[in-house]
Amino acid sequence: MKKEILKLRGVKVHFPVKAGVFNRVVGHVLAVDGVDLDIFRGEVLGLAGESGCGKTTLGKAILRLVEPTDGEVKYISQDDDEIELTSLEKKDMDPFRKKLQIVFQDPHSSLNPSFTIFGSLQDPLKKFGIKSKEERRKIIGDLLEAVNMRREYMDRYPHEFSGGQRQRIGIVRALCLEPELIVCDEAVSALDVSIQAQVLKLLMQLKKEKNLTYLFITHDLSVTEYLCDRIAVMYLGRIVELCASEDLYNNTLHPYSEALISAIPVADLDKQTKRIVLEGDVPSPVNPPKGCPFHPRCPKATDICKTEVPTLKKYSTNGNEHYASCHLIDLPEIS
Amino acid sequence: MAKSSLDKKFDQIRKREEEKTFSTKKRSRIVNKFLNNRLAVLGLIIFTIIILASIFAPLLSPYDPMRVDLRSMRQPPSFDHWFGTDSTGRDVFTRVLFGGRVSIFIGLGSAILSAVVGIAVGCYAGYKGGWIDVIALRISEIFMSFPQIILVLLLVSITGQSLFNLMAIFILTGWGGMYRLARARMLSLREEEYVQALRSFGLSTFTICYKHMLPNALSPIMVNITLSTAMFILTEAGLSFLGLGVPLNIPTWGNILNVAQDILILQNYWWMWGPVGIVISVFVLCVNFIGDGLRDSTDPSQQG
Ligand SMILES: Nc1ncnc2c1ncn2[C@@H]1O[C@H](COP(=O)(O)OP(=O)(O)O)[C@@H](O)[C@H]1O
Ligand code: SF4
Ligand SMILES: [Mg+2]
Repeated sequence: MKKEILKLRGVKVHFPVKAGVFNRVVGHVLAVDGVDLDIFRGEVLGLAGESGCGKTTLGKAILRLVEPTDGEVKYISQDDDEIELTSLEKKDMDPFRKKLQIVFQDPHSSLNPSFTIFGSLQDPLKKFGIKSKEERRKIIGDLLEAVNMRREYMDRYPHEFSGGQRQRIGIVRALCLEPELIVCDEAVSALDVSIQAQVLKLLMQLKKEKNLTYLFITHDLSVTEYLCDRIAVMYLGRIVELCASEDLYNNTLHPYSEALISAIPVADLDKQTKRIVLEGDVPSPVNPPKGCPFHPRCPKATDICKTEVPTLKKYSTNGNEHYASCHLIDLPEIS
Repeated sequence: MAKSSLDKKFDQIRKREEEKTFSTKKRSRIVNKFLNNRLAVLGLIIFTIIILASIFAPLLSPYDPMRVDLRSMRQPPSFDHWFGTDSTGRDVFTRVLFGGRVSIFIGLGSAILSAVVGIAVGCYAGYKGGWIDVIALRISEIFMSFPQIILVLLLVSITGQSLFNLMAIFILTGWGGMYRLARARMLSLREEEYVQALRSFGLSTFTICYKHMLPNALSPIMVNITLSTAMFILTEAGLSFLGLGVPLNIPTWGNILNVAQDILILQNYWWMWGPVGIVISVFVLCVNFIGDGLRDSTDPSQQG
């Protein structure tokens, strides 16, 4: 039986846009605009979409690195207790900070240049009750070895490491308090392709060893197919399609996902499909289009798309649950 | 993929990583860069000499800077009196040494204390943002837009001239610049991912901003401390020359220079004001060289 670890309900993150001499709020960036999502224990859930669609913001909202404007983030513990995180006081958050961690995108800003690796990592360990220095050194040393680096590296400064090494140190940091869920925010996007593969393999290996759950954020759908159990596709702060990984590629329901998939370079020439070129840029999340947010760029848009917002509905493909939000899907809706 | 081939690949990567000779620690890189800057090193040497000479003034000179000696008034430089004597027979060289103590104390002390205040406020406000930041920004603007000379006149007329009043004025007018510098650095640093990572552990604001972020904001502040030191020393000299600075009975570089107000002395007794003027200029120049050297050696865009 699949059990949830996180339930997001109507999560919104709106950033105020200020302008003028008096810093008046003139509008809001609707970075995340009503996301419902369940993440199951032990799965790898991909979160894909063009850059600027709100993936990072959603990841940060889960960890409360940005405060959601609205909605609920519920954590479900191993004994099925449901805890609503966004309404917790800061100090009451601590036990859950341990369980939810994040690996960042940019290996250059992800480590503090003024501290050695041990110096950067020891404060969180101290805070969570590991009082003796030897013990802290052992934990960090063991984890460095788990990511195929030498223990001695903990006494070096970040500038001595390559991008791939830094990213592995970022993974060590995320792992050091034995979390249950890790948000991997484009964890490999900034790396060379050859190193990308190594880090991905490492992530999968660690997931197996430590029973982790991943929310795997990426703007590149070519990475996700083999890695993820399910994939959520995001557009302008909303989830437009959510389904099992293979269904996204074989039974695509949403025109936006189709376009993203067609943009993946394919090695096999016979399989090459016609690339759907999306016209125009991502519309501004300050003033999202009326009706279906995708309609100005959608090759299939009809009149109804300009006026009515499609909601995320449940269908079934291949025997799996398949959610999508588009007016033109002619499958029977499941309740 | 089989695990063994994966391991092999990792071993290859690891080997490549180890072959690269690791560079020495970052700190020593900065020191090396600084030492390669000839002017900065020269500045540091002369700066150190002047400071040491001031500190050990009683060992270097047999005279008392305050003792009036009417038998040897207005003597030109000689073997006994290197910089000559002034109108009351006091040894000018001794007075320059002792004056350096006070002037450097005022300059460096005010610069460091303004930096401490500016950093303490700027780090917290810049990292936290919100209303704390808005209030701190407005207050700093008020202090920075207030003309220094009027503040001096005000305070001198209210509380009288004193060394600590002068320093208080320097700190009141000087912390704003440091605050803005610290704040600006914090504003850009707080979006860095390592800060986000620390926040994701729920570490306290104090630990994050003063322990983890501050070291990365420090280099522009260090540069500013040196430049402010130079500026405060010049301002002290200027104010004392006008008779508004440190009380005249305390020897400072500015107070020694004060005698040049008299046209007779200006024209006939160059040793009473010339050497001290040169010492002030050289010292300020050296401090500026050090500041430039620090700026170049800590500039991240030149670290590759
Ligand atoms: N702190 C912030 N203040 C204002 N706008 C922000 C902030 N962070 C992100 N945004 C905006 O929110 C939108 C989503 O950003 P982000 O979540 O980083 O997208 P992604 O990770 O998918 O590229 C973007 O338009 C971005 O400009
Ligand atoms: S609702 Fe209309 S505009 Fe939106 S994705 Fe479907 S077809 Fe395209
Ligand atoms: Mg992002």
